[in-house]
Amino acid sequence: MNEMLPPRTAAVAREGSSRAVRPRAALLWLALPLFALVLAVIALVANDWLAAFDSGAPPVEKLTFERTVLDDRGIHLGIRAGGSEPMIIAQVQVDEAYWRFTQDPPGPLDRLATAWLHIPYPWVLGEKHAIKLLTRTGVVFEKEIEVAVTTPRAQIGQLGPQALLGAFVGIVPVVIGMMFYPALRGIGRRGLGFVLSVTVGLLAFLLVDTLEDALEMADRSAAAFQGPVMVLLVAAAAFLVLLLVGRQRGAPTGFALATCIALGIGLHNFGEGLAIGAAFAAGAASLGTFLVLGFTLHNITEGIGIVAPVVEERLSLPAFAALALLAGVPAIFGIWLGSLSYAPHWSAVALAVGAGAILQVIVEVSAYLARRTGGSGSAWLAPGTVAGVICGIGVMYATALLVKV
Amino acid sequence: MRRWFHERISRRGMLSGSAAAAGGALLGAFAGERRAAAQGVPVAHGPEALAGGSHTGHGNMITVGTVDDGRNGFDPAAMLTDWNTGTISRLPDGSRLRTFEIVAQDKEIEIAPGVIFPAWTYNGRVPGPTLRATEGDRLRIVFRNEGSHPHTMHFHGMHAARMDGVPGAGEARPGGEFIYEFDALPFGCHLYHCHAEPLKRHIHKGLYGAFIIDPDPTRHPEHAAAARSRLLGTDENRQWQEFVMVMNGFDTDFDGENEIYAVNTVAHHFLKNPIRIERRRPVRIYIVNILEFDPINSFHLHGNFFDYYDQGTTLAPTLRTVDTVMLCQAQRGILEFTYRAHEAGAYMFHAHQSEFAELGWMGVFDVVEVAS
Repeated sequence: MNEMLPPRTAAVAREGSSRAVRPRAALLWLALPLFALVLAVIALVANDWLAAFDSGAPPVEKLTFERTVLDDRGIHLGIRAGGSEPMIIAQVQVDEAYWRFTQDPPGPLDRLATAWLHIPYPWVLGEKHAIKLLTRTGVVFEKEIEVAVTTPRAQIGQLGPQALLGAFVGIVPVVIGMMFYPALRGIGRRGLGFVLSVTVGLLAFLLVDTLEDALEMADRSAAAFQGPVMVLLVAAAAFLVLLLVGRQRGAPTGFALATCIALGIGLHNFGEGLAIGAAFAAGAASLGTFLVLGFTLHNITEGIGIVAPVVEERLSLPAFAALALLAGVPAIFGIWLGSLSYAPHWSAVALAVGAGAILQVIVEVSAYLARRTGGSGSAWLAPGTVAGVICGIGVMYATALLVKV
Repeated sequence: MRRWFHERISRRGMLSGSAAAAGGALLGAFAGERRAAAQGVPVAHGPEALAGGSHTGHGNMITVGTVDDGRNGFDPAAMLTDWNTGTISRLPDGSRLRTFEIVAQDKEIEIAPGVIFPAWTYNGRVPGPTLRATEGDRLRIVFRNEGSHPHTMHFHGMHAARMDGVPGAGEARPGGEFIYEFDALPFGCHLYHCHAEPLKRHIHKGLYGAFIIDPDPTRHPEHAAAARSRLLGTDENRQWQEFVMVMNGFDTDFDGENEIYAVNTVAHHFLKNPIRIERRRPVRIYIVNILEFDPINSFHLHGNFFDYYDQGTTLAPTLRTVDTVMLCQAQRGILEFTYRAHEAGAYMFHAHQSEFAELGWMGVFDVVEVAS
């Protein structure tokens, strides 16, 4: 029969005989596990085996409040269901009173489905309101609005003041920090090593701070997103990708390294901006001058960190400006987005990316530091380096203490 | 960093914040914007913006939807006048014997639109049937337990310890039966409930009902007219519009607090379906409080006053001309009033714990003119 086959097929057949798999056969082998999966699904669905585990208990119901919007028409809640079966929101209580509401889209909520609840409730400015959702099975989900204020909308009038605030939190401190550049140029080789290790310390502080924020946001998002796992995976992925991209032309030094640091700090400031914006949305618009000044002070160290790797180079003013904007402007975007009452899992992702970026910068700055001191690992244990790292963490912690009211 | 802001998100922070912001010359523009926004809000969400709903006499503060009475197997409005007088027979000595048959069953009931409660019921309804007898009758209650837990019927009335309906004296195991026998004494507005352990759960799951004993006019010659008006079936009694209201509540998530308050189980039922009252005829309400978890309940009538008979065991009012009464759990009484001197219209009644009212215990009397 072999003679009947066209030459190509025959060749493939010969290859097959020498243990290689023919393409068609390969497809078949690919179909086999899929077929087995389909069989398993049919077996599970067609038979009622799982009924043996049915204890008659009501279905598990989970619900996450993702967004809260207060306006002149009342209270609006963005919710995400997470039940083992479709959930039905039967009634809504506001401050222990049943209240009319509409659900958009209406009907039962499948697992991970989202909907808006519109409640025409005459909320009171500056006061606390408690909302309870009763499901069909009588389970109650509670949402507390700690301080009721109108949720900021994307209005041109709001963008200006928010950008100003973002500039004070993001750009101003970085620029002030960068102004230490001329002073740094005269501190000599050992002095610069110390400043670089201070930078590592401050980045370490930011890493812990950002991760903590990311995990807190993850905790507030729907259980199905597996918050902590998601945060760590996203942070690890961001770290690896940035490391890969950053090292395409060898380990970054000088301006490239400064850019990496600026990017990492920028992503961190974006997360910080989200937090400030969310505070607006949640009614904590009472940002005292003291608090904003504290932030400015706290972030000055970031500017020093950015310029540390370029102390031995000559940098143009536009290059400095670019670094400052890269590190500072994300704070403004963060505030804009954050004030719009976004879903918490998105900020968890944004903060996780920031954490990954900071970790990458820590690695690169450390590597640079090690290379400068002769490439031996023992340089890391030099008293000056350790003192610098601790000093960096200490300064960040101390300035944070200033702000913590 | 997020934490710093959360520290600020407190009422105190909100109130003190504006002073701090106002003091900031550096961010003067920003603070000014913030203050302006704060002042603008109350105007923006004034009552005009939120006026909604056109239901009789109430706006948006109400449960959404309707309860399926057919699925429940009972209608809170029908319960108002649904007297279970039992089966009457004569004992050898000529006295009257009333026999009631009660079955305890597990049943899911809809207590507010779309909210299903896994109840324990007498005869498939919550509250259980309103048992009504006449003073001095011999009562025989055949109680069968088809539920999943031991249950009893503990009557508030006079009976022997053997008939008390508590663990060890009159408890029916699942699948079991117990027959309670005692005389209907004293006359009044009473109740029965399950007294199996744990008591709290057996009550709040729905095992309770009204138990009314009408006075026998022959035993009360000094108040014969009043007694006759209370005695079901007399011409005098037919003049009255009588209703039974059992004030109850439901803890749907079993955390020891009620999510639903009502009379006759369904939240807001009588707000959505007002009780029709003929203006010229007097009204008598047998009210029973069986609310669990909250220490007291109350009844408040709009635009009118009533005479009140605490526990209903007297033929002269124990309180005259009041518009609110307060009742602890198992306290009950009789209200008598008339809208004869009023114009027709919608008159509210509700618990005067505003919280209970807003969580379902609120209703309306629709007082109507009827051509005589």
